[in-house]
Amino acid sequence: MKPAPFIYHDPRTVSEAVGMLASLDNARVLAGGQSLMPMMNFRYVMPDHLIDINKIGELAYLRFEGAALHIGAMTRQRELEFSAEIGTRCPLLHEALAHIGHRQTRNRGTIGGSLCHLDPSAELVNVTALLGGTLHAASQRGTRDIAFAEFAAAYMTTSLAPDELLAGVTLPLPDRRHGYAFVEFARRHGDFAIVACSALLGLDRNGDIKEAALAISGLGHAPVRPALIERALVGQKPGGAEFKAAAAEAAKFEATADAYVTSVYRQHLARVLTFRALEQAARRAAEQAHG
Amino acid sequence: MADTRTITVTVNGKVYQREVETRLTLVDFLRHELGLTGTHVGCEHGVCGACTVLIGGASTRACLMLAVQCDGESIATVEGLATGEQLNPLQQAFQDNHGLQCGFCTPGMLMTLTEFLREHPAPTEIEVRKALSGNLCRCTGYQSIVAAALDAAQRIREGA
Amino acid sequence: MAEKSFGKPLKRKEDPAFLRGSGQYVDDIKLAGMLHAAFVRSPHAHAKIVRIDKTAALALPGVHAVFGFADLPDSVRGQTLPLLMPHPAIKQPFMPYAPAKHETCYAGEPVACVVADSRYLAEDAAQLVEVDYEPLPAVGDCRTALDNDSPLVHAGSESNVAARFPIKVGDTDRAFSGAAHVFREKIYQHRGGPFFIECRGAVASYDSPSDSFTLYASSQGSHRLKRCMLDMFDLGDHQVRVKTPDVGGGFGPKGSFYPEYVDVAVAAQALNRPVKWIEDRRENFLATHQERDQYWDMEIAVDRDAKILGVRGQLIHETGAYVPQGIVLPWITATTVPGPYVIPNFKLDVVAVFTNKIQTTPVRGAGRPEAVVTMERLMDRVARELKLDPAEVRRRNFVRPEQMPYKVGIIFRDGRPVTYDSGDYPACQAAALEASDYVGFPSRQAEARRHGRYLGIGISNSVEATGLGPYESATVRVSTSGKIVVYTGATPQGQSHKTTLAQIAADQFGVDIKDVAVVTGDTATISLGIGTFAARTAVNAGSSVHVAAIEVAAKAKKIAAGMMECLEEDLELAEGYVRLKSAPDVRKSLREIAVKSIGMLGFSMVGGFPPGLEHTACFTPSQSVYSNGTHVAEVEVDIETGAVSFARYTAAHDCGRVINPMVVDGQVVGGVAHGVGNALYERMVYDENAQPVSTNFGEYLLPLATDVPHVDLVHLETPSPLNPLGLKGAGEGGTIGSIAAIVSAVENALAPFGVTLAEAPISPQRIVELLGEHALGRTQ
Repeated sequence: MKPAPFIYHDPRTVSEAVGMLASLDNARVLAGGQSLMPMMNFRYVMPDHLIDINKIGELAYLRFEGAALHIGAMTRQRELEFSAEIGTRCPLLHEALAHIGHRQTRNRGTIGGSLCHLDPSAELVNVTALLGGTLHAASQRGTRDIAFAEFAAAYMTTSLAPDELLAGVTLPLPDRRHGYAFVEFARRHGDFAIVACSALLGLDRNGDIKEAALAISGLGHAPVRPALIERALVGQKPGGAEFKAAAAEAAKFEATADAYVTSVYRQHLARVLTFRALEQAARRAAEQAHG
Repeated sequence: MADTRTITVTVNGKVYQREVETRLTLVDFLRHELGLTGTHVGCEHGVCGACTVLIGGASTRACLMLAVQCDGESIATVEGLATGEQLNPLQQAFQDNHGLQCGFCTPGMLMTLTEFLREHPAPTEIEVRKALSGNLCRCTGYQSIVAAALDAAQRIREGA
Repeated sequence: MAEKSFGKPLKRKEDPAFLRGSGQYVDDIKLAGMLHAAFVRSPHAHAKIVRIDKTAALALPGVHAVFGFADLPDSVRGQTLPLLMPHPAIKQPFMPYAPAKHETCYAGEPVACVVADSRYLAEDAAQLVEVDYEPLPAVGDCRTALDNDSPLVHAGSESNVAARFPIKVGDTDRAFSGAAHVFREKIYQHRGGPFFIECRGAVASYDSPSDSFTLYASSQGSHRLKRCMLDMFDLGDHQVRVKTPDVGGGFGPKGSFYPEYVDVAVAAQALNRPVKWIEDRRENFLATHQERDQYWDMEIAVDRDAKILGVRGQLIHETGAYVPQGIVLPWITATTVPGPYVIPNFKLDVVAVFTNKIQTTPVRGAGRPEAVVTMERLMDRVARELKLDPAEVRRRNFVRPEQMPYKVGIIFRDGRPVTYDSGDYPACQAAALEASDYVGFPSRQAEARRHGRYLGIGISNSVEATGLGPYESATVRVSTSGKIVVYTGATPQGQSHKTTLAQIAADQFGVDIKDVAVVTGDTATISLGIGTFAARTAVNAGSSVHVAAIEVAAKAKKIAAGMMECLEEDLELAEGYVRLKSAPDVRKSLREIAVKSIGMLGFSMVGGFPPGLEHTACFTPSQSVYSNGTHVAEVEVDIETGAVSFARYTAAHDCGRVINPMVVDGQVVGGVAHGVGNALYERMVYDENAQPVSTNFGEYLLPLATDVPHVDLVHLETPSPLNPLGLKGAGEGGTIGSIAAIVSAVENALAPFGVTLAEAPISPQRIVELLGEHALGRTQ
């Protein structure tokens, strides 16, 4: 399983890279390689040009600015995993990262690569959807900000133009007092989730839910933000009956089926994991309130 | 005409300069260009871990890296673990605990554990199992590998 | 004198090289001028080959040859790959050509071979070979393959039946007609492939002056491959050498002879350069033999006290596109069903069915795991229906140790009646139950249920034919340098022969294992050999080494006695010498004795003994010897997701006397992991057109370190009376008992919901499906 021949390019700046994207036909961008290289080894993809962006230093950054976290596309997953500041200011991200692949894949894998590959159940994709991240695209024509909801266009297809490079992502940080949870069901440790669910719950002084966000992955091509369920939770007391109702609603979304997993099972997992995520987030919110 | 680049790579402390085709994977470069056949090919799609090496100390699937990406890098492979005739404590722990049968997954296991034990000198069994989840073994059922890892951790802590 | 080695957990001689990365596997072999092969494979499950156009491929720089069937030398073209285990029951012995002739019968069947300067270039060229296929209807299901209107797996054949045969003893009709209880179970079982971490591979070189081949292959039996090469190329014994280097796992399918080996040899001869082919993982999914589907329809008849009166049924066994190992696999599975239980009346009608998929041949356990699942499902059914403890039902039906040797009444695949030589099945189960705290389980289960958690426990008992004949060879030789070497046809893939066989030989010479070299799997070193599979090597090669070493040691004493002018009985062997027991300094070295033994130029041999300090033995077992085991699995099922995790796992096993306990433990634990894979994770999915869908490790799931239980081992030792060391096989027992125990445990966990299981593998999705509304759990 050897890759087909290609011309290799290793630009040092974003400017060089986008110049190549604009001028080269049948070109693919190589980031961490954990998704692209297997496809090339299988010859499922056979680019004529491979643009290796690993040497573009300006694409690797991790910056907290106010209530936002700015991450360069080439920031390795391991760097996120080991960032103490992420641990304190966005522990949800760490909870998600714990499920991603294996240490070897996180050593090379990047957040940008994961977002562009757009696997329906990818953990970083889920968190970006939950937090309402903004993607920053660069091209010879300039830069463009894309809300996540517009970024995920179709199954494993982003709305990036062929000449655009994902340069980074900005994640609004959740309120520190919000309870959070990231739960998933995968067959084995490190496998892609069949279904994943993340949740954020903000409670008011009475302990009622004042803000709720959910992102459910694995049902369709992109994580579902179930707006109706989120709205229905606001004003409710966090508790079993309310969460069961939310979970039952979550099972009603359409779900894909493949040779291994039925849509019915995905819907069932959506229900179970939504319940578990809400429970966990509520528990953490209560701890924050009393802590 | 094949697309080639000249690269300079340090492997186990020795510097090599070679002209390689740009599509040559790192594992094929190590095995066939440099003759370091200890790193093995098991799947070529990044799951089995038989090709695990350390690049700048970080465990990496060499089947998913191109040799040209390693220009200027420092790579550690299984051949660099022992000192002359002397197996290092991790290798010795593998032999003492029957942590290998056919030996094919072993170099990958050793390199993953080299990184892991450096970061977690006193791991629990479950932590070891999670650390090994990116390396497949079909012979041992993992139990003796886990025992070897825990044994090695202790030996290293005790200054073996 | 060195301490005795037999029975000790000695560290392995194989390890230092493997740990340093200096093992030599087939892809590590580099010969001068070596070229690389890749194969063009049929993308269709069933098709006619209309035309092959090699022009574009041959035009690529660096490509040396592209050949299909039409380009083969006459002897190769004239025959299919040999069917090594023929049997009269096989009515349609279809075997493949190498590469395919007119028709391809599974997706992945080789159609053409491309040889180039590098594997990269060979793959480039393979993509450029244009093949016109005429797709034919494909058969994907071994049940519908039996329908009258089913398409034919092989165009123009009579049917899709490879063979039909019954296995029977007693009179099941009579037994069933009077029975107090008859229960029926339909059991579906799917096993998967071997999935060794090192894929297959071969390097062929041809020497023109001597018109001879050397074939290096990652195999489980060099001699078997040589025999096939002699047939395919119509060569003499002196014209083929097969040498198996280090092998990264075999598990059965590396014992087969594959078309790719033929084609690299053809290429090497045509190009007069060595040719290497290394299977990649995609090819491994398509073209390495596997096990797959079995459909069992069974009935058990018991009396009021749960004593078995009879077992009968039907087995539909999928053989895939060809029958390279005849009906060995379904035969083994059928004859393993009775296990450790007294079953006076037994009848199983077996039909081996063709499908348009890669052929099935033994994979670790060789059909025995499925037999155990079937028998243990029946036992659990009896327990459930009669409201008895499953352990008690089994206790009431065991073959008792005083009944040994016990004739089961059916014929095993070695042609001999199944006769258990020794074993204490009640003691084995008792030991396993004790070690797993079986009596404490009900309260563990009840406590868990109070917290909304579901634990289950399952037992399996198995009896396993091991030490299969016809023999394994061993030559023990002391060379004129005084160094001891053992040559054997055994061909290891991780089973530690180089250590265990050295342990046996070393004891006869009073030396350390480091002083005994073991050379395996090279047809040039020993003329007869069979190979390493089916848990046969300790018994066969071990016995041969033992016998040969005794002979050589005796001869050394005899020669030394002559040289030292003393009595043989006053001598002992130790540390490389033969010495007087009473005065150890009075001695002759093995070197001196060996030199003496080969005679001196111009002089007659003294002492009347034949020359050489060596002996070749081929222990030929009279029948298989029977290991046994009891597994107890304790699992927890998350009823909301269907996930199964292990609370504990106990394996009690008896493989007779043990050469190296550390090695045996490793085999059992490794075998259990394989069973975990087959019980919970491994499934080769094909679509309705017999197209393989699972062709990578992301979709075909092997168990990880986080998926397997810690196995608590219990050892029993009932020596076999049938070989000098009392050995039995240990390589497959871990797999044979584990799938049944796990399925049983999962069913037990789901018992409160009335779920019963008669299938393997069982996935979380399937568990949720079976639970229905109950899977809503706390979300309800």
